[in-house]
Amino acid sequence: MASPAILLILIFLIVPFVLAFGLSFTNQRLLSPNPTEFVGMRNFEQLLGMGVLKLEPLPAPDEQVEGSDPEYPPLRNFTRNNPDYPHLNGMREWFSIPWGQDRVFVLAQDVLFIKALVNTVLFVAIVAPLQGGLALLLALMINQKLPGINIFRTIYFLPVVISIVVVSLLFRFIYDGNNGLLNTLLGYASFGAFKPVDWLGRTDTALAAIIGASIWQAVGFHMVIWLSGLQTIPVSLYEAADIDGATHLQKFRYVTWPGLRNTAVLILIVITIQAFSVFAQINLMTRGGPLDSTQTLVFQVVARGYEKQDIAGGSAISVLMFVFVLCISLAQRYLTRSKD
Amino acid sequence: MDDSLTARREERMKRLLLATAIVAAALMNSSSFAATELTMWYHGAGGDAGLNPEERNGVLSVIDEFNSSQSDWVVKLESFPRAVYNDSVTAAALAGNLPDILDVDGPNMPNWAWSGYMQPLPLTDEDIANFLPGPIGKWQGKLYSIGLWDSAVAIFARKSILDEFGIRIPTLDQPWTGDEFNAALESLKASGKFEYPIDMGTAWTGEWYPYAFSPFLQSFGGDIVDRTTYKTAQNVLNGPEAIAFGEWWQNLFTSKLAPGTSQDPGDRATGFIEGKYALSWNGNWQALPAVEKFGDDLLFLPAPDFGHGSKIGAASWQFGISSTSKHPDGAAAFIKFAIQDKFLVRFSDLGGFIPARKTAAEQSVNYKPGAPLEVFFGLSEKQGFVRPVTPGYVVDARVFEKAVADIANGADVVDTLDAAADEIDADIERNNGYGF
Repeated sequence: MASPAILLILIFLIVPFVLAFGLSFTNQRLLSPNPTEFVGMRNFEQLLGMGVLKLEPLPAPDEQVEGSDPEYPPLRNFTRNNPDYPHLNGMREWFSIPWGQDRVFVLAQDVLFIKALVNTVLFVAIVAPLQGGLALLLALMINQKLPGINIFRTIYFLPVVISIVVVSLLFRFIYDGNNGLLNTLLGYASFGAFKPVDWLGRTDTALAAIIGASIWQAVGFHMVIWLSGLQTIPVSLYEAADIDGATHLQKFRYVTWPGLRNTAVLILIVITIQAFSVFAQINLMTRGGPLDSTQTLVFQVVARGYEKQDIAGGSAISVLMFVFVLCISLAQRYLTRSKD
Repeated sequence: MDDSLTARREERMKRLLLATAIVAAALMNSSSFAATELTMWYHGAGGDAGLNPEERNGVLSVIDEFNSSQSDWVVKLESFPRAVYNDSVTAAALAGNLPDILDVDGPNMPNWAWSGYMQPLPLTDEDIANFLPGPIGKWQGKLYSIGLWDSAVAIFARKSILDEFGIRIPTLDQPWTGDEFNAALESLKASGKFEYPIDMGTAWTGEWYPYAFSPFLQSFGGDIVDRTTYKTAQNVLNGPEAIAFGEWWQNLFTSKLAPGTSQDPGDRATGFIEGKYALSWNGNWQALPAVEKFGDDLLFLPAPDFGHGSKIGAASWQFGISSTSKHPDGAAAFIKFAIQDKFLVRFSDLGGFIPARKTAAEQSVNYKPGAPLEVFFGLSEKQGFVRPVTPGYVVDARVFEKAVADIANGADVVDTLDAAADEIDADIERNNGYGF
């Protein structure tokens, strides 16, 4: 009975995973006449290598204005072929923090990977609660027995049916920096006081813009799952609550929410896993830019493994990603376990 | 009951035998009398919006004429959407299923040749005499691929606007200097009549970046990789010339002289025609709509010279023979047939491509002397400069693309170029020098 399913799981899940795991310890290229060599942990060391460097400010020039920021020696003096700092060779600055008069620079062997990791975690941390919460709100709204409610159900579900590719291209127009829909709308709403913002072209708004588009596209799907959860709660419980004189809030708190417990766990885990693999929006809207502010793990897997033909490097990232997602899902499962 | 069943079985058996015999006869017939089949793969499957449909029609017409011109070979075309064409070739190579004739994007050819997908193309120097440099696909002294056309990039401009602002009209022999170009942009910006003085086409991510922007770097005196050894990018991609390029490039965007990387693709397509941009750094394949709109007012200007000559990218899609082809002689015969002047002219007239050979250009509607796009042939001939000829180019191109995008977005020029040079060096090392 289950054999076709097992076969498919084997072909599309187990085999690729085992391959990726194996390749991540080699220097395999997508195309190359050179033989594949086993390189041990080198790919992982490359990805995760970090260093710290504390620098004293350069002596201030005489004409320096009072209160201006002190200057520090350029990092490339330490990270490029400096025999005194062999452990920092090839590293780049990730961020730096002031340390009294000095400044501590946190360096990474692969800043791009670290940035992609941070962005992905940020994306998941924002999307999972926001999308889940919004979907619940929509589900509660369309769960009422009103005339024509099916029209609203259809409208909220529509974006799910549209391909993410189309959604991404549409949002590129919406977010356009000069005459995009969003800028025009905000301009009208503020009677022209609003200055147009290049949403996808600024490091401080690009990721937020992509998060907005992603939630808009996917929220309807989770709304339907919440809705199915809502409809499994027996009406008799609400009737009993009415007789007890419960308010709307109390009904939600003591009847609806406990009844949705399993749905909530499912939705949280599904959104987390989906959000971790964010790729299409990034690829079509920003390609990781501007200045790596929208780099994500899967985008890096494709950029390296496929576009740069470094299939071993891409595999190493996907293996690390598998470990992260597994840990987070297990932690979520543990934290949301039923305590009775 | 039993009898009728047996009879029916016999009847079925007889029919099956007959059918087998017919099929076998047909097969023998085709193998003994008909010509040998050559398969050819091509990147322009129908429905690709970015592709000129005339290119596909041109390829089909060459195949038809080749097939009817002789009886030894029959070329059969298989088309793939451009977006997955390279994937298909890679997959086929891994599975040992390559066709006889391959279509390859010029700068990718060394990678395929090095990976062992292609074999040298047996054409003589005479066959490719008078060719533009771009369509000749040579790697390590051997010819692997040949193109029927080339593409070129120019600054699209309007004479009326340049005259209005007193900007000198540059010529092939006397292009703008870097300073002249910058001054022109500044005065166009100061007028306040345009959203941006020039449109670089930053909306076109992908191969456009190295194709269109690395010639600026080369004009400054830098390069993507050191072409004397092809073993390092240090001091060429992050040397003083490259840093000068990076600072100039960054200034285009910080001073709002050109739209940044978040440019809307719609603006790229129509911004110059609608008058949003005064100038546009654009390709010959986009020239005809602008010619229609502005007519004689339209100018195609050569790239500015930043000190080491004015340069533009060269090499487009080309044809070659796969390494596993059992009939390289047939494949070579087809390619030799296809590069006749009459076909180069036909491609050019149908799709606006630059004919690969001078004698063909002189007969073509758009590129003959006095024709609207003639200047592009001169640009290709004089300034065309191929992208680095190394198997590592496929990686170098992506590294360069990211570096110029980051610099445009305000990244530190020196750090970004250092990181790009390091990444290219690390890749060369991982690949044992790519055969150099």
